[in-house]
Amino acid sequence: MSPAEHLADAGLVQLLTPAGERVDHPVYSPLAAHLDGDALRAMYRDMVLVRRFDNEATSLQRQGELGLWAQSLGQEGAQVGSGHALAPQDYVFPSYREHGVAQTRGVDLANLLRLFRGIDHGGWDPTAHNFHLYTLVIGSHTLHATGYAMGVQRDGLVGTGDPTRDTAVVTYFGDGATSQGDVNEALVFAAVNNAPLVLFCQNNQWAISEPTTRQARVPLADRGLGFGVPSVRVDGNDVIASYAVTAEALERARSGGGPTFIEAFTYRMGAHTTSDDPTRYRSAAEDEYWRQRDPIDRLRLHLEQTDELPAAFATDLEAEAVALGERIRSTVRSWGPPTPASMFDHVYASPNSVVDSERAWFESYESTFAPTQGGAR
Amino acid sequence: MTTERITFAKAINSGLRRALEQDPKVLLMGEDIGALGGVFRVTDGLHKDFGPDRVVDTPLAESGIVGTAIGLALRGYRPVCEIQFDGFIFPAFDQITTQLAKMHYRSQGRLTLPVVIRVPFGGGIGAIEHHSESPEALFAHTPGLRVVSPSNPADAYAMIQQAIASPDPVLFFEPKVRYWDKADVDLETPAEPPHTDAAPTGLDRARVLREGTDVTLIAYGPSVAPALKAAATAAAEGTSVEVIDLRTISPLDTDTLVASVRKTGRCVVAHEAPVLYGTGAEIAARVTERCFFHLQAPVLRVGGFHVPYPVAKIEQDYLPNLDRILEAIDRTLTF
Repeated sequence: MSPAEHLADAGLVQLLTPAGERVDHPVYSPLAAHLDGDALRAMYRDMVLVRRFDNEATSLQRQGELGLWAQSLGQEGAQVGSGHALAPQDYVFPSYREHGVAQTRGVDLANLLRLFRGIDHGGWDPTAHNFHLYTLVIGSHTLHATGYAMGVQRDGLVGTGDPTRDTAVVTYFGDGATSQGDVNEALVFAAVNNAPLVLFCQNNQWAISEPTTRQARVPLADRGLGFGVPSVRVDGNDVIASYAVTAEALERARSGGGPTFIEAFTYRMGAHTTSDDPTRYRSAAEDEYWRQRDPIDRLRLHLEQTDELPAAFATDLEAEAVALGERIRSTVRSWGPPTPASMFDHVYASPNSVVDSERAWFESYESTFAPTQGGAR
Repeated sequence: MTTERITFAKAINSGLRRALEQDPKVLLMGEDIGALGGVFRVTDGLHKDFGPDRVVDTPLAESGIVGTAIGLALRGYRPVCEIQFDGFIFPAFDQITTQLAKMHYRSQGRLTLPVVIRVPFGGGIGAIEHHSESPEALFAHTPGLRVVSPSNPADAYAMIQQAIASPDPVLFFEPKVRYWDKADVDLETPAEPPHTDAAPTGLDRARVLREGTDVTLIAYGPSVAPALKAAATAAAEGTSVEVIDLRTISPLDTDTLVASVRKTGRCVVAHEAPVLYGTGAEIAARVTERCFFHLQAPVLRVGGFHVPYPVAKIEQDYLPNLDRILEAIDRTLTF
């Protein structure tokens, strides 16, 4: 099978063309019909703010303020669209690039940077936002999401008919993750348990340097079908279609219809991380092809064409983005390192004689140094 | 106090039943643990009494079992996973070491994962490859996990309940060669809390099973029975051996071990796992650090060789049996 067949975007659900024109889909248009100007502007705002945040984070890494950064650049449509379909009680298990989803869950974006600054392995309270911590081991969290969904089932929060109670779980992962055993096991467990789970695969075409052709010889959405899981391919750079397919999958999950696999066809416009160099493995022409399909440009064109982007809104949003950037910069720079002895915190939830004695030794050792600037030493 | 004479397997079964009765959030998950009752029948009857949502026959995928248990725990459940045999835990190694062990830490204590992973382990039952291994040190080496192993039915009954009550993930190693051992077990007195200094039989405590003055002999799980036998044999030969059932491999109850060795001056550790980088090596290091001027001899280890678990027909030559433990006791007395 040639790479061209993989990259073919045939069969994608699309409700908004790259030129910003709405197109009809017999199944999915009705699911997005209620999205009025306010709803679309809210999505637009989230995408613009996340991109600004993402660019600030990249700059902060270049300035030495972060050890690493994984950009969401280009994937805002898939993330914000799907995120807007979630209900407050739904629970999200992200990978580590889901900054757009974090924004829709109300996570302070600054806190996403604690991990990358090297001051925290997490950074936020997952239960306050129903947004789990980022998981760096590829695909591991898809099983956590499946188990969580099995818990939701046991809690009797599926198929009650009450939209404020029925609960779904969404897990985000990438094209590379579909090769992991854990993702395949998640599909097995979700399928046989009819778990209220949405497996949201962002096929951004690249797993660091490996194209999707190194992961599969069929469209990734076909993976779900093999497990008996309804599957759909969506134009991930179409925020409205991403919303609609996710809304459908969430409704299926909440009503007791079980899991859905979504392949959101998108593109990682940036590098894998700030340590990566995409010029070694992909062409400028490819980058340009996708630049023409930028998810933010697409929605902006649509809003402009439908007179739904008032100048005042655009001006205010730009000011908000600038302010966000400033806040991100000053916040990150204000974060000093944790105290060295804090490494002993929270290893266990109950007292542990080994950790306690090592901490005691360490603190005693630290106390032998004359107190100077910064930290205990 | 009402005691009942039951097998080790039945003691765990009874402990699981009690936990299922007392906490609706407890659920069991594993391969063939439902209608079959598990390949060792440890969960016998529980599926019938508690239903398929609480005694769950899972797909044959160990990573999936532990991974979904993590998710269930995040939702407020207390899953008890059964890994069918020791040698089958490795597909779940990633979930256990990179996810289960670290979630409390990386969430700054916001998330707890009270997950128990039961592992029938060890040899001596004439099994085929991958069914006789002792991988406990691999998990004891991982911060964030608790690793325990009961050696007798009474402890099995109490410790499985303590493991389920623990807010931390617990690797619960069950010596399968002991599954059919019978003993009187008090099924009515509640188990002590798992982690408090006030509980002398808590999950973090080693226990002196037999007092002695010449040699401290430390064992756990399947090796406690031959250790007790060795002590009795040595006593007949005039050597007084103090036997300690370690019970907890992580954390290590070093204080109890040190107190004994300071008294006896000699220490032998026995376990089935290979001695290289094993639990015995850690005990030897800690005992040496804290008992250096009390020791009359180097700490000796009796255990598996640096070979894959051998075929069943010669496994008795690999295991730390009565003769090999006695040989080590004799050797430590020659210093």
